[in-house]
Amino acid sequence: MVEVLFFLAGIGAVTGAIGVVALRNPFFSVLALVCHLVSLAVLFLLLNAEFVAAAQVVVYAGAVMVLYVFVVAYVGGADVPLGPQAGRGLRIVAASFGAMLFIELVVALLGTGLKAVDSGGPTLDGDFGSANQIGELLLTKFLVAFELASFLLLIAAVGAVVLARRRGGLTAEENQARYSAMDLLRPAYTGTMAEAVGRRAIRPNVPALPVGEQEDVPAGVPSEDGNEHGDRER
Amino acid sequence: MDIGWYLTVSALIFAIGAGGVLTRRSPLVVLLCLELMLNAANLALIAFARMHGNAEGQIFAIIVMVVAACEVTIGLGVIVAMRRRRLPIDVDELRELQG
Repeated sequence: MVEVLFFLAGIGAVTGAIGVVALRNPFFSVLALVCHLVSLAVLFLLLNAEFVAAAQVVVYAGAVMVLYVFVVAYVGGADVPLGPQAGRGLRIVAASFGAMLFIELVVALLGTGLKAVDSGGPTLDGDFGSANQIGELLLTKFLVAFELASFLLLIAAVGAVVLARRRGGLTAEENQARYSAMDLLRPAYTGTMAEAVGRRAIRPNVPALPVGEQEDVPAGVPSEDGNEHGDRER
Repeated sequence: MDIGWYLTVSALIFAIGAGGVLTRRSPLVVLLCLELMLNAANLALIAFARMHGNAEGQIFAIIVMVVAACEVTIGLGVIVAMRRRRLPIDVDELRELQG
């Protein structure tokens, strides 16, 4: 039973990995990665890592992949022509590099001095890998790592917002203030785009572009008013 | 199942991810291949945790997942910023980091 499950999940994981690398459309690559992650979660379950398997499905296959799907939809990976594909020589070099890496890792695995590699591992008590044990470890022995990880996540979230924010100012229609009762409790413009670009960056004279029409400015050239181009699209 | 089988799968996934990082040109797919490599490392960590009967390896795997999530957010933020500036979404075109 365990063997059947292992081979099914292993084949799923490897197929998903190959799909990520081989599929042309980035959207399908993301879906292949979801398949890979779910298969990997099954492998984690076989290794008695219940909490990590659950976190893998919820955090990775759920949240992170949704982020990927949104960015692929925004960037539109399929219709952006990537020009001529990577050359045949590069592909052969990369494939042989991957094969060499795999062979090297397998040689290291075969030549290892770890006797327990050829066994299924020791018998475990029922608590191994449960949320109970992981939580206790995270909050006692690995407390510093846990706190540092939370700081890292905070910095990454702030960094992503700063990197991806709109810098070009607002159009007039975006600038229309929406008054609500919440304005008594919080500063104006909270939760609007004005928060990201600052209220001074409002550009009253910019006409809203019609849907589907985008101005064609060569990349890397700032427009005259000092703002970066291409930020007006929605 | 022997632990060695899990490590073999892990090595295979890692090699596939490394090959993908080298061949693909879209930074989105390069990030996906990096995820593959990190996940292969996670599988190895958890297999070794099982081998030693010690759950501390699973903490390692969780921290790796956190770092991977951070890397993905920053990477996708960079890609969105590239798209906003109409830069080509192609790692071969972006040889110089001069903005």
